[in-house]
Parts: sequence; structure tokens; C-alpha cells
Amino acid sequence: MKKFLNTADTFLPDALAGLAAAHPELRVDVDTGTVVRTEAPESAKVALVSGGGSGHEPLHTGFVGAGMLDATCPGQIFTAPVPDQMLAAANAVNAGAGVLFVVKNYTGDVLNFEMAADLALEAGIEVQTVLVDDDVAVQDSTFTAGRRGTGATVFVEKLAGAAAARGDDLATVADIGRRVNAASRSFALALTACTTPAAGRPGFDLPDDEIEVGVGIHGEPGRTRERLRPARELVSEAMEAILADHEALGAGDDTIVMVNGLGATPLSELYLVYGEVASYLSERGIRIARTLVGNFVTSLDMAGCSITVCRVEEPFPQLWDSPVRTPALRWGC
Amino acid sequence: MDTDLAHAWLLAVASSVEADRERLTRLDAEIGDGDHGTNLHRGFTAVRAALEEIHPESVGRVLVTTGTTLISRVGGASGPLYGTVFRTAGKRLEAPECDVAELAAALSAGYEAVCALGSARVGDKTMLDALHPAVEALTAADPTGGLAAAARAAAEAARKGAEATVDLQARKGRASYLGSRSRGHLDPGAASTALVFGALADVTSG
Repeated sequence: MKKFLNTADTFLPDALAGLAAAHPELRVDVDTGTVVRTEAPESAKVALVSGGGSGHEPLHTGFVGAGMLDATCPGQIFTAPVPDQMLAAANAVNAGAGVLFVVKNYTGDVLNFEMAADLALEAGIEVQTVLVDDDVAVQDSTFTAGRRGTGATVFVEKLAGAAAARGDDLATVADIGRRVNAASRSFALALTACTTPAAGRPGFDLPDDEIEVGVGIHGEPGRTRERLRPARELVSEAMEAILADHEALGAGDDTIVMVNGLGATPLSELYLVYGEVASYLSERGIRIARTLVGNFVTSLDMAGCSITVCRVEEPFPQLWDSPVRTPALRWGC
Repeated sequence: MDTDLAHAWLLAVASSVEADRERLTRLDAEIGDGDHGTNLHRGFTAVRAALEEIHPESVGRVLVTTGTTLISRVGGASGPLYGTVFRTAGKRLEAPECDVAELAAALSAGYEAVCALGSARVGDKTMLDALHPAVEALTAADPTGGLAAAARAAAEAARKGAEATVDLQARKGRASYLGSRSRGHLDPGAASTALVFGALADVTSG
């Protein structure tokens, strides 16, 4: 393992200390395990709280700020945070207009956020939850924990965050979040495994000429292992899975598309992949209205990418374009 | 079981988890994300500290303190799941001490609660595949045979249940994303549950 760290045990607090030093507009509290906007609670605004295991940066800490999240509660690497953290985050940002929990669909995240929602309700905080489950690589939820929440989390946090910023009430903000999730699908490909600081070695062995297809964001192996092939063919496979699953999406539709790096893939490769995605959609008469290319939902040092496609409906474009000022997304302000 | 024995049981679980930390993490790396040992170790280290600080004065309070601490410190799925087993079982035990049948009934309630919380059942390749046979063995134990014999039977049942998860395909938790590729691996949650009952057998064997 080659990583910039002092000790594996202090990796997370040391990384959070750096985040705090770089971003004085965030209140980073290592004791309660929360990262909060300094402006929060913002009068009469619905507050957005998300969180999950660490190791996916910039998700979620990089999306705390005006127009997106009010607070997040980073857990241990790839481990859902505990209810106490979520409750502390909710308490720190609640302005009386209620709190929206944005939760990625993993057993640990769901269970801890459910417990936190119960505690928050007992404390008199109104809570709604949006569950993100966009990963089409997970098939047949009867035999699995259900689809994973991956790239669409960025879309949900941006669009629901914008709805909250313009003054929508909790039910409306939650509805926007659920609609964004329902309109989004993702698929991911890994070229290498990732290494957690605690494990010190890659999560799985992958020969130079093989890839994992349909991976999640926790270093777990994917749905299948395949030979490395030209990017065009790999993108086709991913896009076929997305379109096959997305019954509503077809010719004439507008989309928001994200090509997301998993942590160790150069931007040039991500743009190459984006080019293939754009061609693929164009050939099928599907327009791309908004684009995001970069590292947004990572899996530590995994090489690979994920593709997320959201079918646009009103008022997604307007919410997408509204100002956002966070460490990792910043425009219009 | 009296308070001291319950206390000793949870300390023994903490020691077992510490000793098997690497093995649990390795099992988890095969079909999950490789942190089960680390997370449970963090949780049971906190349990050890909480029990020493609070000194709960009944078997039930020992178990509730354990569960609450696990929920507050572990995170992931195992925090709420293990926390719920111990909290639910502990709440069923009001008297300072309990006999085998009462302990079995309490743990059975814990088992039911964790099934409901995780929407899982036996055969899904989870901790339930060790927990269920262990609770069954405790329930079926001869009430005149004493706790030690019942705990030995439960530990053996949990161990066998955990081993049987090797052939199962995961239907819950992160391993379920692997589909049929999850076969051939021991479930780390079932393995850690076997440690819990192994510790019970150890501390009751006198």
C-alpha cells in the first residue's frame, strides 16, 4: 500500500482536519462526526442532511454548502455512520422547516438513518427521507439488498438542494429528490480494485487484462469479470444496461449525464468515455442537456468510472442551473 | 446467569473479536468491503469501556448497555443489527438473574427483532444463519442440564450454522450484489455470531 497517511487509524480524522483547514466555511466537528455549513441553520429553509461511509470524496463532504447539503456525517471508510452522528447533524441544521435525509440504499445506511429519523422525530424534528437506488448492475431485488445508491446521489443532492434553497417546503423538496432518483440510472466499470487504509491491500486481485463489470463504490467485486476491451464496447455494454432498465427514456428526451471517476482514472479517460456516451445517446435521438465529468462519487483509489443518466423533467434544468457553492461543485455564484 | 456472568460473557466476546479481528476482516474482504473485524472490534472495545464505567446491575441491563453502545459506535449494518439483538434481549430480562429458558426466550426475541429490522431470514447468508440455530439449541436445552451444557450446544449450533453459509448465495447485505459469486465464502456476520456463542460457552464452562 502506498498512500499519504500518518497512521491507518488516524486516516479519517487527519483527512477531516485537512478539509476543515481548507474550507473555513465548513464547521468540521470530529467529536460528533459532522460537517456543517457555517450559515446553517438558515431561517425557514428545509435542511438537507446526507452521509455515508467515507472514501467516496468529494461525496458527501464536498457537497456541503449553499444550494446543496447543509450537513453531512462521514462514517468510517465504507461504513455507514451511526445514528448519533445523523441526529447531531439534523440538530445542527434544523431551522424548523424540517430536515431531508438523503440516503444511499445500503443496508447499513438505511438502518442507521431509520434509527436517526426515529430519534429526530422524538426530538420534534420533522424528517423525510429520499432513498437513492440508481445502480442497474444490481438485478432482481428479491434476491439482493436492492439497488445500490451511487452517482444519482449527486443529482438528488444538487436538485433537492436547489429546491430547498429557493424556499420549497419539505414535502416538495422530498418529492423532487424522489423524482430525480426515479429518473436516474447508473452503471460502473472497474479497471482495478481499491485499497482501504485498514486492509492495506487491494480488495480483490484483477489481472492486467481483465476488468470488473457492474461494480459498486465499496471496492466489492462486480457482477461479472470480463476481458478489457476498447472503451466504445465497454460504454455500449454499460449504456445498454442503463437503457434496458430505463423504460421511460427514449428518442426526443433530454438528459443530465455524469461520467464519474472512481478515484484513480485521469480526466482524459473520463472525457474519452463521455465522448462515447454522447455518441451512443445521439445515435438513439437522446439529447444531453447538462453534463458533469469528473470525480464526484469515488471508491478511494479504484481506477474505473461510472455513468449516470437522468431523464430530464420539469423543473430539473432550472434547479440544476441555480447557484451552488460547495467545495466540489460551484457555479452561478 | 447472573450479572457478573453476563459481564464476563461480553468481555469474552470483546476478547474473541479482538483475537479474530483479522480473520473477520479477511472473510469480509472476500464478499464485502473488508472491515467487519475492524468495526466490531471498535464496537466491543467501546462495550468493554461502557460496562466498566456503568456497571449495569442486571443481566438485562448488561445486554441493553451492550446493544446501545454497539448502535452508537459500530455503524454499517452490523451496528444496528447486533445492537438490536442485544437491546431487545436485554429488555426482556428484568430480574437481576435469569435461567436458561429465560435467556433463550430473550435471545429468541432478539432474533425476531433483527429478522424484522433487516427484512432477512434464515438461508440469506447472514448472521441469522448462526443466530437461529444457536437460539434453537438454547431453547431446546434440558432445563435441568445447566447453562454450561446449553451454551456448549448453542456454540456448536452457531459454529455449524456459520460453516453452512459457505454454500449459500447471499440475498441480503453487500455480499448479495455478487449474486452467485458469493457462494464458496463463509459469511463474516455468521462467523462473528459464532464467536458470541463461543464466548458464552467459554465463560459458562467454569
